[in-house]
Amino acid sequence: MPLFLNDEQTMLRDTAKDFVAEHAPAGHMRSLRDANDATGFSRDLWRQFAEMGFNGILIGEDDGGLGLGHVEAGVVLEEIGRNLSPSPFLATAIGAVEALKAGSADQRAEWFPKIVSGEAVAALAIDEGAKHRPAATAMKAERSGNGFRLTGKKSFVAHGHVADLLIVAARTAGAAGETDGITLFAVPKDAANLSATPERLTDASIAARMTFDGVEVDADAVIGEVDGGWAALSRMLNATRAGASAEMLGVGAGAMDMTVSYLKERKQFGVPIGSFQALQHRAAHLYSEMEVARAAVLKAQQLLDADDAAAEEAVHVAKAMTGLATMLAVQEGVQMHGGIGMTDEYDIGFYMKRQRVLAELFGDANFHADALARAKGY
Amino acid sequence: MTDLTQFRAETRAWLEENVPRSMREPVKSDADVNWGGRNADYSNNPDQKLYMDRMAARGWTVPDWPKAYGGGGHSPEETKIIREEMARIKARNPLNSFGISMLGPALLKYGTEEQKLEHLNRIARGEIRWCQGYSEPNAGSDLAALATSAEDAGDHFIVNGQKVWTSYADKADWIFCLVRTDKTTKQGGISFVLFDMETPGVSTKPILLISGYSPFCETFFDDVKVPKANLVGELNKGWDVAKYLLGHEREMISGMGLASTGRNPLIDGAIATIGLDHDGRLADPVLRAQIALFEVRARAFGMMSERFIDELKHGRAHPAQPSMMKYYGTELNKARHELMMAAGGSDALEWESEASSGGALPRAWLRTKANSIEGGTSEVQLNIIAKRILELPS
Repeated sequence: MPLFLNDEQTMLRDTAKDFVAEHAPAGHMRSLRDANDATGFSRDLWRQFAEMGFNGILIGEDDGGLGLGHVEAGVVLEEIGRNLSPSPFLATAIGAVEALKAGSADQRAEWFPKIVSGEAVAALAIDEGAKHRPAATAMKAERSGNGFRLTGKKSFVAHGHVADLLIVAARTAGAAGETDGITLFAVPKDAANLSATPERLTDASIAARMTFDGVEVDADAVIGEVDGGWAALSRMLNATRAGASAEMLGVGAGAMDMTVSYLKERKQFGVPIGSFQALQHRAAHLYSEMEVARAAVLKAQQLLDADDAAAEEAVHVAKAMTGLATMLAVQEGVQMHGGIGMTDEYDIGFYMKRQRVLAELFGDANFHADALARAKGY
Repeated sequence: MTDLTQFRAETRAWLEENVPRSMREPVKSDADVNWGGRNADYSNNPDQKLYMDRMAARGWTVPDWPKAYGGGGHSPEETKIIREEMARIKARNPLNSFGISMLGPALLKYGTEEQKLEHLNRIARGEIRWCQGYSEPNAGSDLAALATSAEDAGDHFIVNGQKVWTSYADKADWIFCLVRTDKTTKQGGISFVLFDMETPGVSTKPILLISGYSPFCETFFDDVKVPKANLVGELNKGWDVAKYLLGHEREMISGMGLASTGRNPLIDGAIATIGLDHDGRLADPVLRAQIALFEVRARAFGMMSERFIDELKHGRAHPAQPSMMKYYGTELNKARHELMMAAGGSDALEWESEASSGGALPRAWLRTKANSIEGGTSEVQLNIIAKRILELPS
């Protein structure tokens, strides 16, 4: 398979590009922030996503979805990133859907239609500390009656305060640091003894700190195998890491495009500042880093779609490379805009903030570089 | 799809049968690289010749060239499969050649039918080794300032002047050369000619480099007779040919940024000299972090190379994209060798010892410093990206 978008994927990209730019441009995010919106995204927009068919991209046609793959999901995510659109798409249509694919037919029958229709939103309760360390999961899940009782804390749960469904990683055996003994749960939002504190993040999105104070769930809330949730969790994380890479690529590309345009418009000393070689070389270097990152993201998506054993390492490469390249994009973006780049009125600063959040989500560049090193035995 | 699956199976079976075992070993020194040519000496390595001849007979030294010119006539998809199957068994490149990577594509586009038939088949079979006469003492980054002259003398030109940084001129059989045929304009007065290095009046002098090696020469032309039939493209239109060919050269040099398949000399070297701690991590945590972040870029660039080749074969690559590949690949290669030196410590400093294979590591490290100079400096590539891809103003 050639490493570029095929005709159908290109058509989908054009559709997503037009749709997201029209319905959820950067100004949409800004208006939610200015209104101090408590949800963090627009439910109307989420239903419009559903009408476009986007929500079911990874869901099989038998289950009412489009039966497409990670490349196609990434195409939509890139446009979300480019427009800084607040959306539960990554957590719901990628994360929860991939997790539930490892679950039971009943679980899929319960949630897939609601995701496809835009009725339900999901959140991923994985992290417990300030850094992404899924193997260090310590939240307890003890046998209780016919099910389990969950006790512990989760953080950085994007829109966890309003999600209808939570995908939760908890420990049914073993000790923190071990991959064995982790179990994935599908927890509905109305579960007793579950509380969420929404925190507004740097980029104006909302993530929840969540407390599970003996949350009781039935045995049928378990996704896949008890104690053997690592495989399903890894599969979900591979998908969300590739997805976060694609969204971040859109953020970086948006910042780069804005910056290159600015270099052509802004005049100082009587000439466009883009005629200065000092800035040209920096812009050209940035372009190179972004091109390399784009290749890595597409390669990881293609390998995920092919269910290739090399996919996991490719995802590490993609998330780390995109983190590095887009960090450069937003930093150069603000610097090359000069003083106006520091103002709230101008959008380039929002790109910097969004990049920072996506870079941290599901592991930063250091986390993934370390994982690659471990995989290579050093 | 079934056809390609079958093609892969046939390719795999043929390679398994026909690639000599010794040609699946990693390349350890220059002696392991086959450049072909009239003066190639295979007495110490007959497998090199056997392997090259077998591949050439199948058209697989240049799988995507037309069969009439010694190629395999394969589609981009088939060519990719051949490359992947060669990588799978770690088969070496059967023939390293400026004829294949640089001149060939230019001849395919600009050459006459006679020129293609005369030269391409001999390139594909590794019979003629080519060198490139581009840079001059006063025409480096400003290549179009070149002054080597070709005067019209009826059915031939008389060439006078000097080239510099001519890779392997002392070992090459023929040269493709930029000459000035009109002194009144700059780019518009350059022509592209081919001639035999044994023509009277051609002489070469190797240049000793900081690595202790002499891969480059000064090349002198003193009343060299070049038949007009050896002009490629139109008179005074050589700059177009040169630019097209430079794109392919940049592509080739960018390949240096790719880690070789299989073993990774940087990681292996670091583990060998520094060792692993009780957790299985490289015992120098700062160097480990540097290597790990480097490897992210190196692996991502490998994916970029795959993307670039796919886009190129399908006519989708931006014409200036080779400049990006050249820039990124050469800077990566320099970074890799800096890390290899850091990992090697004082062992890596030995210049002549047996333990250091005659100083292979430091010499290779020094060699990489030319990567971002030859074929257009990194700064020239950045200028090209800025102007032609980003369309920033002059």
